[in-house]
Amino acid sequence: MVKEIERAGIPVVHMCTVVPISLTVGANRIVPTIAIPHPLGNPALTHEEEKTLRRGLVERALKALETEVTGQTVFEEK
Amino acid sequence: MIKVVQYINQFFANVGGEEMAHIPAEIREGHVGPGLAFQQAFKDEAEIVATIVCGDSYFNENLDKAKAEVLAMVKQYNPDLFIAGPAFNAGRYGVACGTIAAAVKEELGIPSITGMYKENPGADMFKNKVYMVSTKNSAAGMRDAVKKMAPLALKLAKGEKIGSSAEEGYMPNGIRVNFFEKERGSKRAVGMLLKKLAGKEFETEFPMPDFDRVDPNPAVKDITKAKIALVTSGGIVPKGNPDHIESSSASKYGEYDIEGVMDLTEETFETAHGGYDPIYANADSDRVLPVDILRDLEKEGKIGSLYRYYYSTVGNGTAVKSAKAFAAEIGKKLKADGVDAVILTST
Repeated sequence: MVKEIERAGIPVVHMCTVVPISLTVGANRIVPTIAIPHPLGNPALTHEEEKTLRRGLVERALKALETEVTGQTVFEEK
Repeated sequence: MIKVVQYINQFFANVGGEEMAHIPAEIREGHVGPGLAFQQAFKDEAEIVATIVCGDSYFNENLDKAKAEVLAMVKQYNPDLFIAGPAFNAGRYGVACGTIAAAVKEELGIPSITGMYKENPGADMFKNKVYMVSTKNSAAGMRDAVKKMAPLALKLAKGEKIGSSAEEGYMPNGIRVNFFEKERGSKRAVGMLLKKLAGKEFETEFPMPDFDRVDPNPAVKDITKAKIALVTSGGIVPKGNPDHIESSSASKYGEYDIEGVMDLTEETFETAHGGYDPIYANADSDRVLPVDILRDLEKEGKIGSLYRYYYSTVGNGTAVKSAKAFAAEIGKKLKADGVDAVILTST
């Protein structure tokens, strides 16, 4: 899916937990996430902590969209 | 007697479904689940001495750690043969089988084999690293899978010569072997041409490699002005799943208006996805589709706007062809509506 959206001419960031799959399907901008059933959350945290975590991930995704890349790039936590 | 260790997931071990996908690897003596059919196919030539059972999410979320743990378990039995799966079209299971089968071969030097459906993401990742039998796309194909995997496994364990992929039923692994065809090239070429002219199926002797890569688009110049759309393969839908998106092998995607929606709640949204434990997404779908955060960022002027619709399908055993068609359509709509960037989330 990510490849077809890229092909349509829109920059796209793939947020997913199993990065090797994302690399195999051909995503160019990849942000690794937390876990398969809750990629952008963590039920062990309080609601507020979870929002902070999610915001960090989304901000990293936006950063990825603002970054020029020439090939597949994984945007790890800094 | 050839000693065999097999790797299977929590589902095939009858431990449980998605709610048990988080369990770490454990060892059982003898064969478990599909091991029975393999044991019968081996007759007296081989014995499954142990079965390693591991949750699919555990393996995939902890790839390096899980691989090391399972390798240590395999090593402890020092088997003559290792079998992973078959995984059919179960994505996480396929990645686990491919990872561990390749690692057992490379790191322990033990003959190793796995099997899965050709569209399983684990297939492209590992088919060149370990013998991978091409199976059907669901567990209904178990008999067929065992019929192909068991004889090839025995051959490998005995160090016998392995025939071509077409003869043995494994996926082509990029290795070329010279051999003499029964008929000369000109005759085969004319035969193929005649079939083609007659509109019949013919098999090429030189399939073109499939390098389907799309170059990255230029970055967004100013994200604070950008219109951003959300797309997910995690199956987030309005409560009640109005479009009846299937929990696996989805045949459609949904387009949902989120104008004025500030937060996805338990009362309003849920997941239709049948390939992961839904309790976390059902309690708070923002964990898969971060609408709450994007609304905050929109308010704060950190992004231009969140696009009015989001798009969702279920990426669970869904045919690559379908997913491609959905996303091509979605991409066209988004482009026409002036969307500047897309965040696509997957579970």
